[in-house]
Amino acid sequence: MQSLDALKTELLGKIETADTPPALDAIRIDALGKKGVISEQLKSLGAMPAEERKSFGAAVNQVKQEVSDALSAKAAILAKAELDAKLAAEAVDVTLPVPSASLGRFHPLSRTIEEITAIFADMGFSVAEGPDVESDYYNFTALNIPPEHPARQEHDTFYLNADESGLRPVLRTQTSPVQIRTMEASEPPIRIIAPGRTYRSDHDATHSPMFHQCEGLVIGTDIHMGHLKGCLIEFCKAFFGVDELPVRFRPSFFPFTEPSAEVDIGCSRKDGGLKIGAGDDWLEILGSGMVHPKVLANCGYDPEKVQGFAFGMGIERLAMLKYGIPDLRTFYDTDLRWMRHYGFMGHDVPALHTGIVG
Amino acid sequence: MDEILEVLPMIGLEVEDIDDPAKRLSAFRVAEITKAERHPNADKLQVCEVNTGDETLQIVCGAPNARAGLKTVLAVPGTYIPGLDITIKKGEIRGEASFGMLCSAAELGISDAHDGIMELASDAVVGSGAAAAAGLDDPMIEIAITPNRGDCLGVRGVARDLAAAGYGTLKPLDFSDEAGSFDSAIQWSVETDEASACPLVSGRMFRGIKNGAAPSWMQERLTAIGQRPIDVLVDITNYIMFDIGRPLHAYDAHKIAGDRLVIRNAKQGESLTALNEKTYDLDDEMIVICDENGPDDIAGVMGGDRTGVSESTTDMFLEIAIFDPIAVAMTGRKLNLNSDARYRFERGLDTDGPTAFAGYITRLVKQLTGAEASHLVTAGAGVAPIEAISFAPSQVLGLTGVDVAKERMVEILEILGFGVDTSAAESWQVTRPTWRPDIHGSADIIEEIIRIHGYEHLPMLSLPRDEMIAKPSISKLQRRTNYIRRALVARDYVEAVTFSFMKDDDAVLFGGGDESLRLANPISADLNMMRPTILPNLLQATGRNLRRGSTDLSFFEVGPVFHGVPADQQFHMACGVRQGRGRISDWRHDNEAVSVFDAKADLLNALSAIGVSVDNLQITNEAPDYYHPGRSGTLMQGRTILGTFGEIHPTIAKHFDIKGACAGFELFFQRVPAAKDKGPAKPLLSLNSLQALSRDFAFVVDEAVSADALMRAVKAGGKPFVQAVNIFDVYAGDKIEAGKKSVAITVTIQPQKATLVDAEIVEISDKIIASVAKNTGGAIRG
Repeated sequence: MQSLDALKTELLGKIETADTPPALDAIRIDALGKKGVISEQLKSLGAMPAEERKSFGAAVNQVKQEVSDALSAKAAILAKAELDAKLAAEAVDVTLPVPSASLGRFHPLSRTIEEITAIFADMGFSVAEGPDVESDYYNFTALNIPPEHPARQEHDTFYLNADESGLRPVLRTQTSPVQIRTMEASEPPIRIIAPGRTYRSDHDATHSPMFHQCEGLVIGTDIHMGHLKGCLIEFCKAFFGVDELPVRFRPSFFPFTEPSAEVDIGCSRKDGGLKIGAGDDWLEILGSGMVHPKVLANCGYDPEKVQGFAFGMGIERLAMLKYGIPDLRTFYDTDLRWMRHYGFMGHDVPALHTGIVG
Repeated sequence: MDEILEVLPMIGLEVEDIDDPAKRLSAFRVAEITKAERHPNADKLQVCEVNTGDETLQIVCGAPNARAGLKTVLAVPGTYIPGLDITIKKGEIRGEASFGMLCSAAELGISDAHDGIMELASDAVVGSGAAAAAGLDDPMIEIAITPNRGDCLGVRGVARDLAAAGYGTLKPLDFSDEAGSFDSAIQWSVETDEASACPLVSGRMFRGIKNGAAPSWMQERLTAIGQRPIDVLVDITNYIMFDIGRPLHAYDAHKIAGDRLVIRNAKQGESLTALNEKTYDLDDEMIVICDENGPDDIAGVMGGDRTGVSESTTDMFLEIAIFDPIAVAMTGRKLNLNSDARYRFERGLDTDGPTAFAGYITRLVKQLTGAEASHLVTAGAGVAPIEAISFAPSQVLGLTGVDVAKERMVEILEILGFGVDTSAAESWQVTRPTWRPDIHGSADIIEEIIRIHGYEHLPMLSLPRDEMIAKPSISKLQRRTNYIRRALVARDYVEAVTFSFMKDDDAVLFGGGDESLRLANPISADLNMMRPTILPNLLQATGRNLRRGSTDLSFFEVGPVFHGVPADQQFHMACGVRQGRGRISDWRHDNEAVSVFDAKADLLNALSAIGVSVDNLQITNEAPDYYHPGRSGTLMQGRTILGTFGEIHPTIAKHFDIKGACAGFELFFQRVPAAKDKGPAKPLLSLNSLQALSRDFAFVVDEAVSADALMRAVKAGGKPFVQAVNIFDVYAGDKIEAGKKSVAITVTIQPQKATLVDAEIVEISDKIIASVAKNTGGAIRG
């Protein structure tokens, strides 16, 4: 029989050279299994004299412990090596492409409408709506544009076929009929905006037969032109994100406001580019004015008691100026390449607290 | 000049364009030809020596009028010649060097005259700017006049506004009367149905006219504003129109049959040939001016060809009339006839014109034609007197927020021609001038005051905040639009905005075509009917993108559609179309083509986004015929159709030039009833602590049995334990009986009060199988 020391050296040597978990397991069984060499040594204890048994038993247990520890240590090493090998085999080409951005896009027009809405919402406005196919009355007459008014000719109105009574509905040429519908349906105070589609029979590089406007209406007892000016200047500054934006009010004419004002913002033009802000030029951006007493009366209000202002702006124009979109017609063309470039991603929802300037 | 350009827009006169010839032509200088000799190699050319003031240049010139001593216009090499659209260079013409060009008016782009080089006055200073020497240094300002300002359709009106704003003084014109020396052979007679159609008209006969070219000052002024001089009579009428905004009409007195011009309503069936040589059919709402031979002038719109003046006219009858602006506008619109006269008549003219301007105009005609004038003849019931407007000066502050001093208000109004009686402190009596028919009430007066005082004085006030924290600006129903858009963009859809009108044939293909929705005046035959749905627009866009080389498309739009004219038949809907794989291909996926199920998923997802519990909706396999008949469906909530979905019918896809798979959906989100407002708190979450378990079943059913019916049967049978039913495989093929399919289902069973023992689970399974057998005729696959 080998000496205990020789046995230990042999077993530790085998453990050291074992290179797979099954090989290691075989060593474990050979050494510590029921019929293993160390178990055999322990079995021999019974035949020993008591004193010898004690010292030899301690020595065998010592060897058993050392072998057992070596087995565990080696098992951990082998397990790690095996995992490493498995992971190495799992390597992939990490340069393979993945979809890096969501593909969905919001249209610049709906984005701009949300921006306008966010700003006016903060000033206490709510959103009102009206039909696109309008009656002549709401689109013109109620707005103090009687049939013979020269302003009608400037509208290039689309008409639908006449109904049984001979009346021809119109495609609204402006969002202003929503003013009338709102005043008819509610009592002052009123503070609304009405973004929506509008139509004029004009089609060239700078005109589309369909475009979008946003109407605004504020009615109260003491709302005056100073409020109109403040409200629209605050809007322009917030919309374009330019604190020092020069804003100019010029007298103008709209049949449904008196006095009327066009609003210009400052800009500069250099090398074919346009920059919104302090500069040497002006850009017409919206029309506005104090609601005409006849319009108030048409809606059943007493012009002696209530007054207010209205405004209207072209949404495409605002979007083009803010986002540098050069061509009006591209808005309605649904060109995927254009949408990828000028559209907005799904996470990018304008709100005042996160900012509305891209 | 710069100050005027600044102030014009600030008083409501928008500057459209400025043409300053002195600036535009600054490169052209005055030069004198000192020597002109026949070109040695060309008969029609001359070799000139030209004194530029600095040096003497040799220039080859082809103009017949080039001669020694002539002062003319020189362009040195490098100068752009607008009339020829070239930049001239040093050159050699038939062997003779030429160091520039002597220019004609046509070459400068200032007139059509190109019969020779320009001949400048002999006292023109050599080397100075040619524009000034040619009398072209008067800049032209083009102003856009708003429809209310008929008075500014003449230079005098603009000057009056400028004077009111403190820029210059309005020079008095001599509007005194001018006596005639004989009785007019032609009289007026106003016989209109309504007296208001022509409240006042005056006329005067001129005899012994020498017609011919107008004097150069008048020609130059007319040319400067783009009017072509014709002869002195026509030029005078044009000049007066732009000078004081007054359209006139000049008749050749010899061409008028009889001794009366009658102003009356036209008779049905009458027609006349106007000055533009076109013939117009008249009706009895139109006002015409007639002699014994019938109408030959459409009142306020255009004169007739038969009685108008010509170059041989010696005796003229000149009309100054007031016509009802509405009648003029309606007539012009019905005849589709525009003219400078109509433009002014329909915007309202100075109602004093027929009498007040007669003297001024008569003196001009006499002076320029040598004619003798008759006494003035007038007719008409008279212009309604102008009523004073009660005006409280405090309203200016109330409506504008600007505290304008009362003296300043009076000053502004008076310089604009208003009469102001301030004897009652809070009830001034303000009378508008005769040339401002647009002024009706206090608001108009306030506008006059504030526009001249200056909009820059308007205060800037924030709107009062009724709520410190703003309330939501859109309603819960309006919010749906935002939610649907966001849900679809999150599913990789790209948002489109397309026209609300489409081709009528396409509208019919998609269930539209109601004649009440046809445009009476479409911009093109492709856009002549309001759309019944957005789907065709998106299909058209899909085809267009495919032709441009883009593929795998997903477009949606939320917008208005039209099923009728009444407001409740115009509503907003959402539509989506996917083509190809619907997304950019990814090497990890199978990249399957889009199908009816993608469209269905998009539709259900959008409905979930607006709070609809989609499990409770019914799905039928019937859908409009623009879908694939076997691969489309309709989503119902009770009897209400909330949406349709499916693969696009191949015939329709081909119509829109779409290749590859294509599926779409329509969502009528406005039909979803408003949810009850239950407040923001969600119901308490009660989680069952007992573990759920799942069992798989494979049922063989007839192919016609819908998945929906099968899942309902499973749920019904396993009540209340069935928590979820999920189909994980559908098989039809040679391994099972023909006409049948095998549907594999995972059922999640949730114990309710206590853990289920095996026997109980078997019992639930048996009930499920029985329910499937009873409701669908299906059986467990053997």
